[in-house]
Amino acid sequence: MSLVLTRVPVGEQEPEVRKHNFNEVSLGYTLEEAIQEAKRCIQCKRPRCVDGCPVNIRIPEFIDHIANGNIDRAAEIIKETNNLPAICGRVCPQEEQCEVKCILGIKGEPVAIGRLERFAADYALEKAKKGPVPMGNGIKVAIVGSGPAGLTAAADLAKYGYEAHIFEAFHEPGGVLIYGIPEFRLPESLVRKEIEGIKDLGVQIYTNIIIGKTITIDELLEQGYEAVFIGSGAGLPRFMNIPGENLNGVYSANEYLTRINLMKAYDFPNNHTPIKVGHRVAVVGGGNVAMDAARSALRLGADEVRIVYRRSEEEMPARSEEIHHAKEEGIVFDTLANPIEIMGDNGWVTGLKCIRMELGEPDSSGRRRPMKIQGSEFIQDVDIVIMAIGTSPNPLIVSTTDDLAAHGWGGIIVDEETGSTSKDGVYAGGDAVTGAATVILAMGAGKKAAKAIHERLKAREDLLLPL
Amino acid sequence: MFEIMDKRTIGPGIILMKVKAPLVAGKAMPGQFIMLRVSEEGERIPLTIADYDREEGSISIIFQEVGYTTRDLGMLGVGDSIRDFAGPLGKASKLDNHGRVLCVGGGVGIAPLFPQIKYLNSRGTDVDVIIGARNSDCLILVDEIKACSSNVYVATDDGSSGHEGFVTDVVKRLIDEGNRYDLVIAVGPLIMMKIVSSITKEYNIPTTVSLNPIMVDGTGMCGGCRVTVGGKVFYACVDGPDFDGHLVDFDEAIRRQQMYKEEEKVEHSCRLLPNE
Repeated sequence: MSLVLTRVPVGEQEPEVRKHNFNEVSLGYTLEEAIQEAKRCIQCKRPRCVDGCPVNIRIPEFIDHIANGNIDRAAEIIKETNNLPAICGRVCPQEEQCEVKCILGIKGEPVAIGRLERFAADYALEKAKKGPVPMGNGIKVAIVGSGPAGLTAAADLAKYGYEAHIFEAFHEPGGVLIYGIPEFRLPESLVRKEIEGIKDLGVQIYTNIIIGKTITIDELLEQGYEAVFIGSGAGLPRFMNIPGENLNGVYSANEYLTRINLMKAYDFPNNHTPIKVGHRVAVVGGGNVAMDAARSALRLGADEVRIVYRRSEEEMPARSEEIHHAKEEGIVFDTLANPIEIMGDNGWVTGLKCIRMELGEPDSSGRRRPMKIQGSEFIQDVDIVIMAIGTSPNPLIVSTTDDLAAHGWGGIIVDEETGSTSKDGVYAGGDAVTGAATVILAMGAGKKAAKAIHERLKAREDLLLPL
Repeated sequence: MFEIMDKRTIGPGIILMKVKAPLVAGKAMPGQFIMLRVSEEGERIPLTIADYDREEGSISIIFQEVGYTTRDLGMLGVGDSIRDFAGPLGKASKLDNHGRVLCVGGGVGIAPLFPQIKYLNSRGTDVDVIIGARNSDCLILVDEIKACSSNVYVATDDGSSGHEGFVTDVVKRLIDEGNRYDLVIAVGPLIMMKIVSSITKEYNIPTTVSLNPIMVDGTGMCGGCRVTVGGKVFYACVDGPDFDGHLVDFDEAIRRQQMYKEEEKVEHSCRLLPNE
């Protein structure tokens, strides 16, 4: 069998069309395309792609089933280790996880594992039937937050037989999948379906409950929860602390995206949450969130949207696919530029003053350190500025829980293997531990913690676990 | 869903609602707020808790029908339910160990002041209260406040009740008459809190104000509620809503309240809290 070195291309909405709508950019493989792509996989005896996957999906096995047209079985295999495959197929950075390890990538393009995962997951979601809710063992475990970490932990715990109860602060479950990642990358209807699938396992989700305020972790433990998993994410937006940041027209990316995604401000006034569209928008930052904010601004109807980033494009943490899509849509990239002041008139943003940067020696992150070029200040006329320079874990839970240790920057301190915290019976994972990272890493952490919780409770003789 | 147990109109367009929310009521303290959303399309808005009853499991809110959300909310009746209702949020007011306290409430700002007055009174603190509104119809909770404070002074813009003029006139008069207060608590329109704070600063009386800026989540996530206090930026939702009135940048706060002015063009005959 000869190697096919190029991937089967995937259909996408044309840039000129999609920049005016919030519909998904990638259309996904058809059955024929998926089978054709799946046949490229050479079924390595020792598949390196599996090692690259944070939840170790049995990749060659599911791909083989797609190649043979057995999509249901492919989806089942993925689901055994990944509770949210339609989501991961879309937002995982496969190019640096599984696909980067694909042997085909040495001479040509790696197998499009992400697209195949998405295809199988979507196929299964279409046909998903609600089965009977499995009988639980009656032992309650609380999960704080319904983002990727919490949903994964809850699903696995339910599969082990526990009564998994998720507590969500917002009115809608999904965490960053719902408030953060835009519709054009991850459709809300799909996230809802995946969450329904998790509820079908017997997981209960309670919204409008702010752990640390409405109920504390200590109270959960007193109220009969035998363990608690904290997957509360990294929701606290950072600002640059430069003059003018409190002018009207300056948003954190968190606020901007929450208004659009969770609150549907793009449909104002039918939905009642407003947002300032503006004419010229500057998004500060170079990560996926910056790309999401910029592309959302364009879709809301801004005339010109620019990314302002202090390093060069090479150092941008965003996925190359997102950068590529943003450029196709006409986002202007202003790299090696760092904002030093937001200019205003009468309280509203009128401009962004930046200084040109050059790259010096690598810093602690391994990326070349940006340095100011003296006297290179310049002003861009903008009326909206969106700060997408990162988020930190919310201190709400740590500050209201006895004996829960955290780093100075807010991340909860855990044992890496088990996710156990300094507090007995309390586990944590995802962005609440690592700071802002990826969906799949959060899911991996949720999985590990669920297993560790199961090991712990199994060993408790007083619980009489029916095993 | 959160059931409405009681609803009363207590002024022109001013409504008191008692909502069944046992978990929130179990934790609520004076000065804290809740976030609510009326319908699937609704905006999330913060409302300060006007009263709570732990045994009954209820939270009372008082609001004025001035925008989309408050009008939608006002259309609900007893037995109806509010879709989302989460809290209690923000830090509780620091009300313990004060000698004599002067509470100043303006418009619907009187509502969040009420649980603070009640709490202070229950701790045996000597509380004087000044409440003000556009006219006597718009004055709320007068009897309730009288029942738990030492002296109540009233001011109305049109003189239809009490002093003709602003609550701030009364603040100045009481201090000038030799009344000694260890703490002033002011809750109301930003401009009122600004003027109260500037008066009390002259006399060096510690002053707490309660800020209610625009916010989306109420838990520290959006940063929309940032306020500058003493030259530093704080999030009103998690660091507040109470701040030192002598340090708050009121002009910035007033400007930030205008962010969605164009979107919120809703007229009302008795607007006590402009731009809210």
